[in-house]
Amino acid sequence: MIAARAVGKRFGEKRVLRGVDLELPQGGFAVVTGPNGSGKTTLLRICAGLALPSEGELAVGATRAQVGYLGHEPLVYRELTSLENLDLYGRLYHVPERRERIGMLLERFGLWEARHDRVATYSRGMTQRLALCRALLHDPTLLVLDEPFTALDDAGADLLDEQLRELSGNRTFVVSTHDPARVAALATVRVALAA
Amino acid sequence: MNYFADVRALARKDLLLELRARDTLPAMLLFVVATFVVFHFALPAGSSKLAASGLLWVAIVFTALLGLGRAFVPEREQRVFDGLVLAPCDRSAIWLAKSIATFAFLAAAEVVALPVFALFFHGVRPATIAGVALADLGICAVGTFVGAMAVVTRARDLLLPLLFLPLAIPLVIGGVGASVVGHPGRYLGFLALYDVLFALLCWASFEYVVTE
Repeated sequence: MIAARAVGKRFGEKRVLRGVDLELPQGGFAVVTGPNGSGKTTLLRICAGLALPSEGELAVGATRAQVGYLGHEPLVYRELTSLENLDLYGRLYHVPERRERIGMLLERFGLWEARHDRVATYSRGMTQRLALCRALLHDPTLLVLDEPFTALDDAGADLLDEQLRELSGNRTFVVSTHDPARVAALATVRVALAA
Repeated sequence: MNYFADVRALARKDLLLELRARDTLPAMLLFVVATFVVFHFALPAGSSKLAASGLLWVAIVFTALLGLGRAFVPEREQRVFDGLVLAPCDRSAIWLAKSIATFAFLAAAEVVALPVFALFFHGVRPATIAGVALADLGICAVGTFVGAMAVVTRARDLLLPLLFLPLAIPLVIGGVGASVVGHPGRYLGFLALYDVLFALLCWASFEYVVTE
């Protein structure tokens, strides 16, 4: 699904990622670890197609429609409700049976009661749950999750654990985390980035 | 047909955001009316209609600039641009939807502005209204395009007018011409040609603006 050879990234003179090799077959689960500033986010943005590598070779066997991306930002509009945000993405991804899928995800992530509230009124944890709903909405085959446990309370983190367990095996994952033990049981590939 | 469904979804989102936040249209309305009030007192008594027509176009261009400067603010402030770029829709749909929304705000501002202009200066001819409508299309097409380029830079507030105003000069020439001459057909045709050419250019090249 992902084949990366000596992938690196520079912003002008500043090198933010150097020489990453990654071979991730379909159904694989890659865990990316490293200290702050080691290039985890950059690597994940490259895998998701949001950035281009400055050096090396990269092949990703998924189209934009097949990638689910969760970044540091929730990528939702604060002035819209969670229902409106997911409806927008559902339309853009041409999700079949959109309303049912949105309802199921909101219910699952505990946001159904707050579906008509503007995202601006959500807590950080609720916004992260909504971002997860957005990333999963179109049933992607490649999930790129940048520190997905950030801001989640215990219940939210358990829910995400359950979701990852359920989807792993038939979905491909690239997950960056500061807590690799949390996903250790699922990991098939480990990428440790140096500062 | 999916393309137009995407455009519709994105434009609806922009209109909904404005309905909730109300930070573009009220600003454009206040600005254009205030500009006419200032022009009314600044223009010497007995000035020609030609001078007043020129001022109408100055006001329209700067009001549009105000709206264009706000066009990508939700995406920038809430950092949603990645989400739109990742979506599998044709990226030009983002430009088209944003242009439609900006056109709607500009047209709404002009629905108030033109009667105010008529009240303060002189009546508005049908050719002027046609010129304004055609110029709006060009302004929104080009302005949204350069707005997307400017929004990712730190100097966006400076860059947008620097990029947009030179490109708007043909629109001002065509608009003023259509407002003042007896047979405005040539100028209206010029505006329509500008709209078609620049809309095609922006549509075809927007992909490169939003791709790294």
